[in-house]
Amino acid sequence: MEGPLKVTGRAEYTDDIQRPGMLVGRLLRSPWPHARLKSIDTSAARALPGVFAVLTGEKYPTPFGVLPITHDETAIAVDKARYIGDIIAAVAASDERTAEQAIALLRVEAEPLPDYSDPRTGVTPVAEPIHARGLLGSNIQKEVVQHFGNVDAAFARAAHSVRVRGNFAGVTHAFTEPLATIAEATPDGRLTVWSATQVPHYLHRALSEVLGLPMHRIRVIKPEVGGGFGGKSDPLPHEIVCAALSLETGRPVKILLDREDVFYTNHGRHPTQNDVRIAVDETGQILGYDIDALLDGGAWSSFGTVTTYYNGVLAMGPYRVPNFRYRGRRVYTTKPPSGAMRAHGGTNIRYSVEVALDMLAEKTGLDPFDLRSRNALPPNSKTVNEFRITSTSFLKCLAVAREKSGWDAKFGQLPYGHGVGLGCGFYISGSNSPIHFTPKMPQSTVHLKVDMDGGIAVHSMQADIGQGSNTLLAAIVAEVLGVDLDRVHVQRVDSDVSPIDLGSYSSRVTFMMGNAARAAAEELRGKLVAAAAALLGRNPELLEVAHERIQERGHPEVGVTFLEALHRAMETSGALTASGSYNSPSMGGSFKGARAGTAPAYSFAAYVAEVVVDDDTGEYRVPKVWAAFDCGRPLNRLAVEGQIEGSIHMGLGQVMGESMNYRGSRLFNPSLLEYKIPMPQQMPEVEILLVGDDDPEGPFGAKEAGEGPLIATLPAVGNALYDALGVRFTDLPITPDKVLKGIDQRRSEGRPWKGR
Amino acid sequence: MSSPDLLRFRLNGQPAEVACESPRVLLDLLREDLNLTGTKRGCDLGTCGCCAVLVDGRPTLSCLTLARLVEGHDVTTIEGVTPPNGLSPVQRAFVERGATQCGFCTPGFIVTATALLRDVPHPSREEIERAISGNLCRCTGSRKIVEAIEAAARGVP
Repeated sequence: MEGPLKVTGRAEYTDDIQRPGMLVGRLLRSPWPHARLKSIDTSAARALPGVFAVLTGEKYPTPFGVLPITHDETAIAVDKARYIGDIIAAVAASDERTAEQAIALLRVEAEPLPDYSDPRTGVTPVAEPIHARGLLGSNIQKEVVQHFGNVDAAFARAAHSVRVRGNFAGVTHAFTEPLATIAEATPDGRLTVWSATQVPHYLHRALSEVLGLPMHRIRVIKPEVGGGFGGKSDPLPHEIVCAALSLETGRPVKILLDREDVFYTNHGRHPTQNDVRIAVDETGQILGYDIDALLDGGAWSSFGTVTTYYNGVLAMGPYRVPNFRYRGRRVYTTKPPSGAMRAHGGTNIRYSVEVALDMLAEKTGLDPFDLRSRNALPPNSKTVNEFRITSTSFLKCLAVAREKSGWDAKFGQLPYGHGVGLGCGFYISGSNSPIHFTPKMPQSTVHLKVDMDGGIAVHSMQADIGQGSNTLLAAIVAEVLGVDLDRVHVQRVDSDVSPIDLGSYSSRVTFMMGNAARAAAEELRGKLVAAAAALLGRNPELLEVAHERIQERGHPEVGVTFLEALHRAMETSGALTASGSYNSPSMGGSFKGARAGTAPAYSFAAYVAEVVVDDDTGEYRVPKVWAAFDCGRPLNRLAVEGQIEGSIHMGLGQVMGESMNYRGSRLFNPSLLEYKIPMPQQMPEVEILLVGDDDPEGPFGAKEAGEGPLIATLPAVGNALYDALGVRFTDLPITPDKVLKGIDQRRSEGRPWKGR
Repeated sequence: MSSPDLLRFRLNGQPAEVACESPRVLLDLLREDLNLTGTKRGCDLGTCGCCAVLVDGRPTLSCLTLARLVEGHDVTTIEGVTPPNGLSPVQRAFVERGATQCGFCTPGFIVTATALLRDVPHPSREEIERAISGNLCRCTGSRKIVEAIEAAARGVP
């Protein structure tokens, strides 16, 4: 719907907004990975003409964080800086140059502390824990231990077992729109904040908590957002700092982050080390998983508690796993914080599991497809850790991917350096559990208003970040009411007017907002049908909605137009309103952490990737991916295709070369040139194969398609490289030097592959 | 502070005269001094292509271009490739083919693609990919962008 605005440059993003008298906010970032801040002399900065405020941490020391159970961040560092890039002071000035000069005039006295760049050193007590809440004097932020069934017994009776130790570099979202916030405190005691955010409601809460203002005095507006992928799904410190600067100065303040600062803000996928053992019986049936995961959390918690669960529990599908043991630990390090990134917690573990299954296929002599289908979770089942599986077309995904890719003629049969690989996955369609439990409220609410002009205004705090949720919201309302799409106008997200929807993360929007929208539209439809019935002198049960019309079923000539029904309905009440909301049903076990990974539905995927390797240089390309995906009923096919293609591009990036590169605690490649995102020439041809039965609870049968499509990409490529070269790659990214090393290693072990 | 010179150039087909201090960057001049916010700021380093404009018809990174250097030249922004009453064929193709998701990179791509199709009315896929290889799109993986440009070249929306 916003397409015409976007292609003409008329869509309004946060940095496009100007407010009269707006000041420029700039941040001083710590050059130390870990340091006790002894003093900050702001006098010279304050004295500089054109400087209106200088802020340090003690002014707003209340901790915050996206998860209520881990409020360990402050807007500005209070006692310590915890990574190179941590915000330690802020200024507001009349223009950018003055603000930068003021930053340069700040004098910081700090006592360097030991820095902890390797999570492995953080699992035992350390001299200077990064956070006091670290477990038993260590830097462990979260430890999860789970055991279902009896894993040791399962491995004891196994016919075959394999072990994969995976090492995954951190990757980051690299959305094109940098982080940006404008805050404006006004003399009426209100504070308005515009921000590039995926989660206006969580931002709203955090602003209130840290600034000590009641929520109703704060107004959060979400302009057009240029991509998020999880990098804008926390309330972020610069957003709160911006608001604080406005409160200090009484003037609007804008903070626009440099691209380098966006890298330092990070909240990307956790660098991960996992250790995955899988056991099967002689028929290839999975007997058990034994998983250990170590997550590099960086300086703050962010979504990390959830990530720690996900890196184990999201191995629980799409296969039946009767015995499961998991230990996950997330460790603070003095590096840019890790957080949630597309297919949060489900990507790295999936890679290792799918490589392990491929190894088991080889050991058992089963085709990789046959091994998967033998173990597929059936519909309407429960996993051993009590995930409720409803709709699944995973078997269909497998069948279609196998057929369309020509797998049987290719697997193991292509020339050396040329291979195909299978990778599978599943993902949550919205986290069943909200983040905040008080006050109790639905996970999504949609309001409709329609007045005599016949335009339907839709209000919801759902956050379109480019994935097309605005369009879907309008389409669902239009579908239920039988009206033209251009009658429906989704209003800008504004906390003064928009009823709460929790935001764009965990792939919840289509499912939850969609259901709320449907409910609201049905309520409105009821009012219109009642009015039509009164006008026609008919029983409302006999009437149905048609295109811009309400008419008698079987007698279409007996009817009224949408406007006629509307005007009749409005006679005594004026403009009509309707409300709909959604809350996911109660589910999950009653053990600690049971809710992590529960969802009202799951998406499923089976991808085949084809790779071609140049074994002189180690470079490889992925000419084609066959992507079989189950998102239930795709409501907007073009949007779903866009998500699948974009996800494959992002997943490919993580396989081929994206990597947050550190020397110790210092990030060495905070630029889009040195952070290697695939070029258009590297994008494979993608054959999208949508197979899905209607989900029983999804709106019109739909499930998510925003994150799941990424997951299967990585193991499909990794496994294809094995088919091509006979080398198992367990570490990501798989760069040309690793390819060459892998080939050399294989040859030195005297193992030819496809004759080479 | 040096007194600003008057920068004279052609902007979107019209003569323009803007006060311009020496080190001012074209992107800043466009967005801040002229309120032409259609051209986006993605990295300020020339690594993303969001700031692409046309200088004498050639795609140029405005974040790396000193404003003074366009003196006497033609500058075209996204606002200038948009017809007064609708969408250009390239713009229409992007909308119809789902080639724009978050839209932040879109003006840079539209400007680049417009110049390409003017110079090469029937580009091959390779030529298209090469022409857009300086524009980063994180949402689409650029597949639908290439298809949209191909469609616009064929005169089909």
